[in-house]
Amino acid sequence: MKAKRFLIGLLMALAAVLLASCSGQEAAELLVVETGIDPDAWALVPAGEFLMGQHEHVTAVDYDYEIMVTNVTNAQFADFLNAALSDGTIRISEDGTDLVGYYPGDEFHGYRHEERIDAGDWPLFPLDEDGTRLSFDGETFTVKEGYHNHPAVYVTWFGARAYCEYYGWRLPSEVEWEKAARGTDGRPFPWGYELARNNANYYSSRDLFEKIFGKYGDTTPVGFYNGKTYEGYETLDSPSPYGVYDMAGNVWEWTGDVKDKQHYRYMRGGSRAEYEHYLRVWASNNAAPQYASPNVGFRCARDAAPGD
Amino acid sequence: MQAIQARFRYLFQSTKGLVLVAIALIALVTAIWGTLSGPMVEWGVRDVTVRLLGFDLQPAEREGRIVILYHVIAMAVVAIMVYLITDVVPMKKHQQTTINATVTLGYLVSMFCGLGFAYFGHEWLLHGLYLFGLSLVFFAGLLLAAALFPWRKEYYVQDAERAHLRGLDLERTAFFTMAVAALGSAVLGAITGSYWGQGHETFLAEDIIRSPDKTTLQYAIIGHLHIMLALIAIALALVVGVWFRFRGILHKISMPLMILGTIVMTIGTWSVVPMHGGSAHTIIYVGSVFVLTAALFLVIFGFRKIIRDRLAERGIERASFGQGLRALLHDPLRFGALWQMVFMNFTVSFVGIFVAVKLTEIFRVWPLRDERLILTGHWHILSGIIATIILLYYADMIDLRGRVRQWFGWAVILGSDLAFGAVTVFEMKRLFVSEANQQPVVDWTMLLADAGIVVVLLALAGLMIWRLVDLFDGDGLWRREYREAGLDAQRVEVGEVLTSAQEMSK
Repeated sequence: MKAKRFLIGLLMALAAVLLASCSGQEAAELLVVETGIDPDAWALVPAGEFLMGQHEHVTAVDYDYEIMVTNVTNAQFADFLNAALSDGTIRISEDGTDLVGYYPGDEFHGYRHEERIDAGDWPLFPLDEDGTRLSFDGETFTVKEGYHNHPAVYVTWFGARAYCEYYGWRLPSEVEWEKAARGTDGRPFPWGYELARNNANYYSSRDLFEKIFGKYGDTTPVGFYNGKTYEGYETLDSPSPYGVYDMAGNVWEWTGDVKDKQHYRYMRGGSRAEYEHYLRVWASNNAAPQYASPNVGFRCARDAAPGD
Repeated sequence: MQAIQARFRYLFQSTKGLVLVAIALIALVTAIWGTLSGPMVEWGVRDVTVRLLGFDLQPAEREGRIVILYHVIAMAVVAIMVYLITDVVPMKKHQQTTINATVTLGYLVSMFCGLGFAYFGHEWLLHGLYLFGLSLVFFAGLLLAAALFPWRKEYYVQDAERAHLRGLDLERTAFFTMAVAALGSAVLGAITGSYWGQGHETFLAEDIIRSPDKTTLQYAIIGHLHIMLALIAIALALVVGVWFRFRGILHKISMPLMILGTIVMTIGTWSVVPMHGGSAHTIIYVGSVFVLTAALFLVIFGFRKIIRDRLAERGIERASFGQGLRALLHDPLRFGALWQMVFMNFTVSFVGIFVAVKLTEIFRVWPLRDERLILTGHWHILSGIIATIILLYYADMIDLRGRVRQWFGWAVILGSDLAFGAVTVFEMKRLFVSEANQQPVVDWTMLLADAGIVVVLLALAGLMIWRLVDLFDGDGLWRREYREAGLDAQRVEVGEVLTSAQEMSK
């Protein structure tokens, strides 16, 4: 009898803990933060060798290039969608669920598990996802309040590529991305050798937005970890050796490589939803190019202007 | 001094003592190293452990550390399996002693030196000793295979209820096949390990699963890790079969299937190397079907035996369904060992089949991150299920009785099944919830998984603390087990030998 009472008590206590933990995301107001980091800025990455990957293979990049200092923001992406939609570069899919754009297709090798990516219209951005940060009234995209300087998310690889190409740029290759993130000294994180909770936005990093929205948190505005203190929350200045921000955590970033024998596209940098080991500069993730997620964004690269 | 010697002899010379030491060390390693990941990191426990113990956790060396940690725990589990096999399969006493001593030294050296190397700076002497420890475990495996050799006439059986082929004991042959397969599969890993630093780089298999250009050495590791875990599971199923005195028609069907399945599965995983995946999977599936069918027959036999024995004990001749069910569930240790094999299908086999069916729809679109979750989840669960069956077996072995038997058994079964079920839902969450709305599912499943694990760990901790306290009791359970193991008699024999040797030397 005593055992039964103990068991019932134990189950009730467990149920209470469960209910308490699953009260859902509170409808807290989004904190609007101006970081002072310019999302239109570019960083120069000079030609030269660097140590790539976990096992530090000496890799040469024999040209200068530039990479965006921050991820593409919601405001920048909304501007692109409005411009590209109005000039016909992109369209709404027939079933009205996605924005689509033309992609010339990949060579198909028929390799095991490889999927065909044929020429044609492919999804760039979903219109029916409730987690996107843009509103669409049928004609114009606007950024949901408070998210103008957060990284653009739910952008497919096709969408990220379309954005960069629209302005004459490109997605960075994995090599370009990693060199921009770690420089030449083989460091595991963009800012150095150790990771503190206020270096980057990752799972359970207890950042300001996590405190507001719970464990899963939210994206942080681009350039958030720049040494400033926001509402009492102190960040560490965490740029890469070339002054590039958010190369670890916040959102995964699409890279531009199209690899042989596979349709997957690769992402770098980890995200707010990952544990810290995914934030190491060599860690990668990949998905089909039509995949869109609240934890995936991108930035662009371009050839360095002569004289830079 | 004599008291210490007696305890030492119990812990390192009796099967029950050896199993206890290995379980205690695994529990200790799990308790400490478990604080380095998952929620323990979120709660800041990891930082405390690192500071207290002075761990050196270089970010670039994480994968290497994990590989060594896996091996350290695996060697202790292998040692437990060896102890159980040398205990239940007939062999000469000196063979049992030599095998147990070798595997014990091997796993202890690899455990202490491996962890020392991986987590406390890189003292290469420790790495060398770690490899030496692994080699000793391999050597113990060679001795075990030799001891299990089934074609010796003295081990032939004529029992009509046992599977045999003109006297050749097929159960013993199944043990032998498993041991030989494990030795060959260990070589797969060892060869790759020998190339470490000479073109082979440390990796975790789940990280390169989508890479179309894996090296031959990487395929060897992928084959190695899969088959080693499967063979440990097979070894345990065979031991459980002996525990249940598996006999009759099901035994006669099951043992050939187990032997055939072990051989086919092993060939399949080895052929991953030359075939670079490809049709090796088909061979593995065929082998798995044989082994799973053999295990199913064991479960059917075992459940029926539990019910039959209990009903006979209570004098019930014609039982209702309810009486049958109560009889089945009356002993959680015996029921649990078989039930966990059934439950394994829900959390491992069926998930694998489902994923294979939905391959194009799911894995070809989902991020690697989600695929990786399923991969690591399913093998952690399989390892966990193996661990729980060992615990249930051990609890029966030391003859837990009454309420303690009930509480311990049900805590292990319910706690682990809750945890494994929750992790399975967590792995597969993308099927029914979008990323934007996943957090409540993550919170629920993680909480349930943690709660389940805590229940199992508390049961384990209770058992270990009790056994530790018991060691301080001059006439505790350990003393009974000491006597049962015949260590008193052995001591007299050794004493007599030494005395006569001294006399002869005079």
